[in-house]
Amino acid sequence: MPSLKDIKKRIGSVKNTQQITKAMKMVAAAKLRRAQEAAVAARPYAEKLQSVLSNLAMREEGDSHPLLSQRGKGRALLVLMTADRGLCGGFNANVSKAAERFIKENEQGFEAIDLTIVGRKGKEFLKSRVPENIKQVHENIMAEATYKTAALLGQEVVDAYQAETYDAVFVLYNAFQSAIVQIVTLEQVLPIQPKEVEEDTADAIDYIYEPTRGEVLADILPKMVEVQFFRALLESNASEQGARMSAMDSASRNAAEMIDKLTLQYNRARQAAITKELMEIISGAESIK
Amino acid sequence: MAEKLKLEMVTPYKRVLSQEVDEITAPGYLGELGLLPGHTPLLTTMKVGELTYRQDGDLFHVAVNWGYLEVENDTVTVLVDTAEKADEIDLERAKAALGRAEEALKTLSQEDKNFAVMEAALERAVIRIQVAGKKVR
Repeated sequence: MPSLKDIKKRIGSVKNTQQITKAMKMVAAAKLRRAQEAAVAARPYAEKLQSVLSNLAMREEGDSHPLLSQRGKGRALLVLMTADRGLCGGFNANVSKAAERFIKENEQGFEAIDLTIVGRKGKEFLKSRVPENIKQVHENIMAEATYKTAALLGQEVVDAYQAETYDAVFVLYNAFQSAIVQIVTLEQVLPIQPKEVEEDTADAIDYIYEPTRGEVLADILPKMVEVQFFRALLESNASEQGARMSAMDSASRNAAEMIDKLTLQYNRARQAAITKELMEIISGAESIK
Repeated sequence: MAEKLKLEMVTPYKRVLSQEVDEITAPGYLGELGLLPGHTPLLTTMKVGELTYRQDGDLFHVAVNWGYLEVENDTVTVLVDTAEKADEIDLERAKAALGRAEEALKTLSQEDKNFAVMEAALERAVIRIQVAGKKVR
């Protein structure tokens, strides 16, 4: 049986932990709101660009631009988005495991699969499991998920693709569903696959192109890649905050439960001590009589 | 024929504008571009420059930076990297950026890959200052 002092000490330490998890939850909640707003604000741009691109690509032959042409299965690049920091539930583990699975499943399909990892946690998870696949690691870029960051990433990938270093590029990230639900999502970035548009609406629009259709397309395609990375970054960021918020929420709740249990134990021990003392006094008084 | 154009301006960060306007002048790839209601469908890239639109007799100016412009059914969609309305521009910052770009250009040689970057920055700063001077009257 632990002494009164011991129990009191434990209550104190659990309380401290609870304070930290509570604070982390608050911070995550505030960050989540901002990240969510950013993700929502980025949607119209991506959607418009997508529709413009679909319109354009439909009129072009399949392989009129290198970024559109299917080159068959050669070397693939997988861009994995994780967080730099932990304490966010299964956020990093889920997406990292999915990356490992992707590599295992597609080993036969491709000559090689290279990994570019965004975020420290993904690197830590995968460096012992698939060390030979990791080609590049970007750390600490999540904190400022700006368009510029995504653009740099996008340009790098487009350059590598055009130099035929890779024949297919995928991105793997946590899509934001709600604060509790994140969905691990795999998207093909390159070659670009424009969404099909309905025929009848497409007929109505025949643009004048300035300077030419080809040049507009050549301009817009790399942009599409950048935007896709930007969206993945924002979604992943929002997901991370959401995951951390719910993880810290349940941690705080567990701490509260533990404090209740310990308090009960403490009170019982206190009462037992008092009873014991009383009995000693009474029996002492008895013996004097 | 519709009387008005619907102007939608979007950047990766937010929807900047969504308004009914009478007339738009945009910096197209092949030069200034005037758009009125009833324009044929058009898709063009845009240069760094100044986009102007007229709404109920008032002229509004927006500094835009690289993008696309699509006209379709009297809806003008502008996709740009950045867009700043005249009254949103921080003139001090723009001037500082101009100064920095000018300094950098003096020291860099034309072959340096940073040259083009700084030149673009210079262009943006000039446009921003120009647009900031034209607040709505």
